[in-house]
Amino acid sequence: MPTIKLINVTKKYGDITAIKNLSLTINDREYVCVLGPTGSGKTTLLKLIAGIVRPDRGEIYIDDILVNNLSPYERGIAYLPQYYALFPHLTALENVAFGPLSKGLNAKEAYEISMRMLEMMRLAWRAHSFPHELSGGMQQRLALARALASGAKILLLDEPLGALDARLRVELRYKLKKLAKENNLTTIHVTHDQEEAMIVADRIILLRDGKVQQEGSPMQVYNEPKSIFTAHFIGEANFFEGFIADVDQYGSWVQLRNGFLLRTSDPNRSIGERVVVMVREEKSKILKAAKKREEINVFPGTIESISFLGDFISYIILLDNGDRANSRMPTINALGRFKIGERVYIRIKPEDVIIYSYPPHGLYKEIEVI
Amino acid sequence: MSKSGNSNPLIKKLDELSSNKLLKLSIYASSLIFFFALILFPPLIGIIENLGYINILIYESYLMSRANFAILQSFVMAFIVSTLDLIAALPLAWFIARSKSRAAHFVDALVDIPFLMPTAALGYSILLFWCSERGLSSLFGAGSLISPGFFLVLLLHFAFSYPVIVRVMVGELLSYREVYEVAARTLGARSWTAVRTITLPLLKPGIIASFLLAFARSLSETGATMMVAGSWENGPVFLYRLMKMTEAEITSDIKNGMLVYVSSVLLLTSIVVFFIISFLAPKMRFPIKRIFSSVEGKMSSPIAVKVRNTSSLAIFLLVVIIPSIFVAFPMVEALISGSLSFVLSGFSPWGDYWRSMSISYGIGLLATLLNMIFGLPIAILIARRRLGKATSILRAIINVPIVVPSIALGVSLRLFWGKYTSLYDFWALLLSHATITYTYFVTSMAAAIESIPQELEDVASTLGARPFTVFRKVTFPLTKYSVFSGAILVFTRALGETGAARAVVRSRDLWTLPVLLVDWVENKNIAEMQKALGAGVYMLTSFAALLALRLVFSVRRK
Repeated sequence: MPTIKLINVTKKYGDITAIKNLSLTINDREYVCVLGPTGSGKTTLLKLIAGIVRPDRGEIYIDDILVNNLSPYERGIAYLPQYYALFPHLTALENVAFGPLSKGLNAKEAYEISMRMLEMMRLAWRAHSFPHELSGGMQQRLALARALASGAKILLLDEPLGALDARLRVELRYKLKKLAKENNLTTIHVTHDQEEAMIVADRIILLRDGKVQQEGSPMQVYNEPKSIFTAHFIGEANFFEGFIADVDQYGSWVQLRNGFLLRTSDPNRSIGERVVVMVREEKSKILKAAKKREEINVFPGTIESISFLGDFISYIILLDNGDRANSRMPTINALGRFKIGERVYIRIKPEDVIIYSYPPHGLYKEIEVI
Repeated sequence: MSKSGNSNPLIKKLDELSSNKLLKLSIYASSLIFFFALILFPPLIGIIENLGYINILIYESYLMSRANFAILQSFVMAFIVSTLDLIAALPLAWFIARSKSRAAHFVDALVDIPFLMPTAALGYSILLFWCSERGLSSLFGAGSLISPGFFLVLLLHFAFSYPVIVRVMVGELLSYREVYEVAARTLGARSWTAVRTITLPLLKPGIIASFLLAFARSLSETGATMMVAGSWENGPVFLYRLMKMTEAEITSDIKNGMLVYVSSVLLLTSIVVFFIISFLAPKMRFPIKRIFSSVEGKMSSPIAVKVRNTSSLAIFLLVVIIPSIFVAFPMVEALISGSLSFVLSGFSPWGDYWRSMSISYGIGLLATLLNMIFGLPIAILIARRRLGKATSILRAIINVPIVVPSIALGVSLRLFWGKYTSLYDFWALLLSHATITYTYFVTSMAAAIESIPQELEDVASTLGARPFTVFRKVTFPLTKYSVFSGAILVFTRALGETGAARAVVRSRDLWTLPVLLVDWVENKNIAEMQKALGAGVYMLTSFAALLALRLVFSVRRK
């Protein structure tokens, strides 16, 4: 069964290190999303596994067999680049039959398999069309049919939905996962779209500068981001700079700008430590300012902007200490409740706050994704 | 794609062999060895080994100053011609690329004629048109409208370099995204202003490339230039005349010294000049800081556009096309008078003519074949950057044969191969043609392969295809048009080569057709009709050969 293992793999292009000493394991039939900003090494990772580029250091195993020196055609992998790389001079059927024919199947058998794959993808009626005659969605399905027909048990998808429009992307991502599961494929799906990754992945691997920042289930990565970068890249978050003012058995107090004190549930901090605190936008509740609040973690401010996002409404609140907080609320609860310029409070529960040590190069450098 | 799978045992075997790294390495290595050992080094070594001969020239001040002046004239002519061509050809390229009229399609079809025509036939055609009583001068009652010399050479070089610039610039204009120009116009620029400040600066690489190609072509041409040069001479004409000098006119040591001197200076100077132009031209900026609203407004008017299109069409027809195909008229006369049957009979001097023609075609085909076999792996090495940083160096070196005058290459090859074997004439003839045409095939193939996304080959490989299958089913089908047009380019260029062909061959028995025609044109005892028929038949056969190749190709495509 196809398990993929990378041990201390490094790949350089001239002076640029695309993958740095990377180790990871992808289990049999697992659907893994590799997420990361542009230039983080996602595509290089796929190309290393596919055998299109060779590692400078480290070992790559497929099914416990060292494949460093195996050519792509010997690895049993189907690789789908972002724009699918459908062969423009071959019809849909010929594209799909390319793999089986290359692997030595006789023509009759190869074309039977290919036709079955096209039928499965509801493309049989376009079997004799050329790729440029098909729509974006059809091209994507054709590329998948070609990959499946090759008999590969490992599917490497590089931004497979990136070339499609938003509606189609949403529709196809579910189908993609269903197809992979039904065919018992081990799948690595590269994307920079965190929402797509959250929805389809069994496990997310977040890459940055060729290194794994964090891996885990979508819920783990979202709720327990181990770094500022992860918290920023996956989901929407507020970051505030401050110092640890006090620590007790229940947690710590963070002094924000202009004396605002934020109660957290993290007791493992030292007094005076410079920190960054993170609160998810949906965990920053907005309260009407009709009466004075005496509770902890309730901060006064003014609504600066309101954006309607369909299911949600997003607010930017200028806090009285000069920080800005973003908040989002379900439209059903928030529609018409607040106005721009209205005085409000932001309430944050201590257990929703995550504290990070202040990054050596500053907060903005840490969350930079370009 | 064939529906037969891989049942052919030969293909299966080749497929297996293609996975053999040692074999792949040896194919690339042998192609590199072919290039360095048979294309690049022989002319260089030929020159370097014989540099000692130059010492003898210190007492030959007259000959030396004549040689230096001729070399200078080569560059002056190439520079003037390329500049004039650029000015005249750019509007026509614009007309072809942008106009949707039928006239544009018609001009597009005509524009390649002077390029595809063997230059020797073209030279004689231009000589007939401008100088003979049967040509343009017949309209004015003058004996010769323009005498052979500088201006006639200028007209000749203008005619054969013109299509190069049009072709390159039409390609550039078609791939140029007009949206920039549209954006400039929506911002208030008149069309001429938008072209001057936006389009032309963005087309600069294409303009430089076309200028360099025209420059190289002018610098290199020998046979046709000989026909129209009169007493004027440039480097190639000087070398040609020098080779024809007998022992009574010049001692062999001085002759060899002169050949080495002029060839080495031409080789070295042309490489340096190309390097300088290639390096400096991209740094030149178009004057775009100021907008001349009033003048540019007038230049953008429909009348100005009409005037520009009409004048560029007139130049194209009167200076390029009609003079180029004028040699066809004596052909028609010969058909009517029945003298064509004499040509076909093979009686003297037509026996020599047909022998030279078969040598020309044979050498052209062999040179094409050699370049296809040994050039393709090099094109892959370059296009896929398989040599890492050394790829850029290889790409630059590959261009050397195209930038140096072919007769200088021929002389160097003669010096190199002359000392080795009694078979020298034939092999030197073949290798000189392969050398001159090598760059055309490799660069056009490398560009074609580069245009195929590497991903297609990668994906084919991950789908289970071995390297030979990837090439056979993906790379080749997507580049076969370029393989064909690269081969046509090589064949056409080889067929028209005069300078190198004359330089490497000692025996008349191995004269190619352009060499024979130059000899005929220079010989005052040969009747004008015979010369015209020779050039006309040459032109027709080469067009017929190209047409046949195209037909074969299109049948296969179907």
